[in-house]
Amino acid sequence: MTQEKSLTKPAVLTPEEAEVRNVAFTTRLEDFINWSRKNSLWPLPFGTACCAIEYMSVVSSHYDISRFGAEVVRFSPRQSDCILVLGTVVEKMGPILRQIYDQMLEPKWVIAVGVCASSGGFYRAYHVLQGIDQIVPVDVYVPGCPPTPEGIIYGMMKLQEKISKGGIVRERDRHKLTGK
Amino acid sequence: MSEIDTNLLENKLPGFAEEFAKEILQVEDYRGDLSIVVRPDCIRKLVMGLKQKFGFEVLMDLFAMDYLKWDPPTPERFAVIYNFYSLSKKRRVRLKVFLNEEKPEIDSAHDLYASANWFEREAWDLFGINFKGHPHLKRILCHDDFEGHPLRKDYPSDGYQRLKSAIPAAGI
Repeated sequence: MTQEKSLTKPAVLTPEEAEVRNVAFTTRLEDFINWSRKNSLWPLPFGTACCAIEYMSVVSSHYDISRFGAEVVRFSPRQSDCILVLGTVVEKMGPILRQIYDQMLEPKWVIAVGVCASSGGFYRAYHVLQGIDQIVPVDVYVPGCPPTPEGIIYGMMKLQEKISKGGIVRERDRHKLTGK
Repeated sequence: MSEIDTNLLENKLPGFAEEFAKEILQVEDYRGDLSIVVRPDCIRKLVMGLKQKFGFEVLMDLFAMDYLKWDPPTPERFAVIYNFYSLSKKRRVRLKVFLNEEKPEIDSAHDLYASANWFEREAWDLFGINFKGHPHLKRILCHDDFEGHPLRKDYPSDGYQRLKSAIPAAGI
């Protein structure tokens, strides 16, 4: 028993080791980078309908998305890493969404907020894109018409979960077009 | 077709019945809204008359209707409706023309009212009404790859069409 314990943990620490343990901890580089990424998302709101109104209350003081480190809303794809598609995207809007997504720098994530962005919603008609995943790769779908602010926050938390689980190199390769 | 109520027209638009006696087919006053059904061939004359002689400075709206399987049946399948407003007289009037199914076309009013330009493009895009003499009659709402006219009643309600150029070259 005592022998086993000594394999994983030295029974007695040298004074130097003890000092290091008091001031530092060890982790994996991947975990550390993901931890910093998920707590500092810079959202780009691609707001086209009422979901964007819900998002306004999410970033405002009452629901306060800054508790999750995602309150710095940027309207430039160059300064953001998480695009939230908030609302109906019509077929004609598709290339614009794709271009904005392409202009964003890696790493980048996409949240489809509301049923219109996720699947076309009740617009089963001649003009509406039946889900933005036909144009851009989506990480999180938030259901609702429109979703509640709690729903959008939950979607952000799910994205944080996804970011913390993913690897840094693999994440970057994920967006490369494989040509399959 | 009901008889033309000239008294009503004379009260609402003095002089109009006299001026365009040949063109007027039907007059209707629904809850104070005056609608006049007219012949399509002289629409430019009527529109110009309303603008210059009757003081209707604004073309508020121009749109089309598809009366397919309408009950009671209308004289023709399509209609183009002009909504005019007079700023000086605070009065509105609506002109309506019926166009046949095979060849729905009518003279453009883009040079009489600037607002007619985009309205006519919209009616072309969604209903396929051909406006003769329009300088730039192309789609305004639907994308360029679109085929057909989606607000026609015989267009399928889920007739969704992809914009070909929207699909990225390498998948997703």
